[in-house]
Amino acid sequence: MVAAVRIEALQKRYGQVEAVKDVSLTIESGEVFGLLGPNGAGKTTTLRCLCTLATPDAGLIEVSGVSVVKHPKVARQCLGYVAQEVALDKVLTGRELLELQAALYHIPAKQMGDRIQNLITMLDMSDWIDQRSGTYSGGMRRRLDLATGLLHQPDVLVLDEPTVGLDIESRVVVWDFIRKLRTQGTTVLITSHYLEEIDALADRVAIIDKGMVIASGSPSELKDKVGGDRITLRLREFTPHDEAQAAQSLLQSLDCVQDVIINEVQGNSLNLVVKSQSDALMRVQTALKQAGLPTFGIAQSRPSLDDVYLAATGTTLTDAEMAAASARDSKQYRKENMR
Amino acid sequence: MSQTITPPPAQSSGSVTSSGLSGGDRALDLSTPGLLSGEFVQETAALTKRLFIQLQRRPTTLVAGVIQPLMWLILFGALFQNVPEGLFGTSQNYGQFLGAGVIVFTAFGGALNAGLPVMFDREFGFLNRLLVAPLASRFSIVLASSIFIAALSMVQTAVIVAASAALGAGLPGVVGLILVAAIVLTLVLGVTGVSLGLAFALPGHVELIAVIFVTNLPLLFASTALAPLAFMPTWLQWVASLNPLSYAIEPIRFVYTHALWSLGDVVLTAPFADVTLGMALLVLVGFDAIALLGVRALLQRTLA
Ligand SMILES: Nc1ncnc2c1ncn2[C@@H]1O[C@H](COP(=O)(O)OP(=O)(O)OP(=O)(O)O)[C@@H](O)[C@H]1O
Ligand SMILES: [Mg+2]
Repeated sequence: MVAAVRIEALQKRYGQVEAVKDVSLTIESGEVFGLLGPNGAGKTTTLRCLCTLATPDAGLIEVSGVSVVKHPKVARQCLGYVAQEVALDKVLTGRELLELQAALYHIPAKQMGDRIQNLITMLDMSDWIDQRSGTYSGGMRRRLDLATGLLHQPDVLVLDEPTVGLDIESRVVVWDFIRKLRTQGTTVLITSHYLEEIDALADRVAIIDKGMVIASGSPSELKDKVGGDRITLRLREFTPHDEAQAAQSLLQSLDCVQDVIINEVQGNSLNLVVKSQSDALMRVQTALKQAGLPTFGIAQSRPSLDDVYLAATGTTLTDAEMAAASARDSKQYRKENMR
Repeated sequence: MSQTITPPPAQSSGSVTSSGLSGGDRALDLSTPGLLSGEFVQETAALTKRLFIQLQRRPTTLVAGVIQPLMWLILFGALFQNVPEGLFGTSQNYGQFLGAGVIVFTAFGGALNAGLPVMFDREFGFLNRLLVAPLASRFSIVLASSIFIAALSMVQTAVIVAASAALGAGLPGVVGLILVAAIVLTLVLGVTGVSLGLAFALPGHVELIAVIFVTNLPLLFASTALAPLAFMPTWLQWVASLNPLSYAIEPIRFVYTHALWSLGDVVLTAPFADVTLGMALLVLVGFDAIALLGVRALLQRTLA
């Protein structure tokens, strides 16, 4: 079976900036594929090359086996692209925008009304779809945008950070909707820098950093590869620092424990990396009891995608995010996305 | 889900293979084959409709676009009201002389601004919506703007013609009026093309507005809109005779003052030659051809 999307050794530079250095990924039809990475990692650039808004410098991009560079129209027909920054025409109503979009995708007038009505119902937009889009909230804009991406029933829906800047409630609406699409067999490519989002939605994920894929696979495969389990331990609700340090050196000496970090932000709780499938949890508890240290709370978990990112890059995604965010301004961003 | 690819309906091949769609598929984007297809008509109509909805909800541009030429007519007309008869060639009064200039200048100004909405679409990212869509041809973006601007300039022209008639400039005959409309449309087509080309070539709206600003008034003053060639020093006569605006103004002025006219009548006595009405029209068509070819190259670079 031909992959829904195949990207091979993609490269794209803007002047001195190597936005995408080496990205390869394959998306099977019917799956939700997550592209995870900090700000400036090259997610949007990859999608822009896929959706024919940018021409790759090198590499291959195929949609259902057809090169998007040689046959951009085929790619445009097969893909539904929902960009990161929503651009709406403030003067048009949501319905008028959908009608315009339908005509741009050459949907016959007979089917247009039904399709638009279906999407309005599915995304629960009927209350406000006939208002001018200038009055919409962030969540409303996002929903309208999802609708525009789906109108021509694309094989692959491409979503660039669909929940960025949304409140939790709207975010959950979008998540549920993506899940629903998945059960209907739509292939979805979604970028995000929210770990939980990718963890919750994606069948498979590629983590990209500085224009390169640094890990890919299903979330659980990736976590297995990082290895070990995580134990979060609180001696007390707020542990004094010296007590935490005492526990740290005690636990470090256990041979099932690989690493112990004191998390000062979380009231000096202890984060342990332990060998998985061992009786580590019990042995930690025993050791604490023998040393006369209290246990307020203790929990074992599998590594998160953040741990995967940490293992590959040496920083956490959250830290990388902060560093990148301060290095970029939004005006620059506008410029970059201009054609 | 099926894995066969449905090619865009415009293509006749049943399935897409690299050999089946090889070669010039990309060039299709701006070339003519798609131009008569139903898809092209559909997308052009939708894009044009958007512009008219915008106009309907924000009529300020149109209102200002009608008021401005009226002020030109009234104020400028009053300024030279007492000029002795005969000074402005065959025109009976300055108002009649000025009418042609105002018609052309108004249409020109409107067309010159045609690129601005496109530039804002570029800056806000709305254009990306159009560019990721499988348009039959991206020329539909250009055509939609041209249709819109042409319609606006027809409304403006009608108002100016009516107002000058009310101010005593008279009316050309029916064929004359059709000729006026045709001249305005020809000029508008070329200028709109140039403006849209600039909208894709320049970095942002600030630059576009600057270019519009430095072209607009100088081209007006260096044409025969406000004064006949005979009033000008030789160097300005040369400039005005090379200015495409003059080739739109003089034929219109001629049909205003001559109930009987033909394509062979001399309408402009340029320093280098006598220009007949027919020649002036040819010049305008030539201007369109040059403008559109240049713009096509530009668009192909940015939009392909
Ligand atoms: N048109 C452009 N011109 C110049 N530089 C660009 C352009 N587009 C992207 N870049 C640069 O390429 C790098 C990757 O950008 P990209 O937008 O792909 O990142 P991203 O992963 O989508 O980030 P974010 O999470 O912030 O959306 C950044 O350093 C960015 O500044
Ligand atoms: Mg991005």
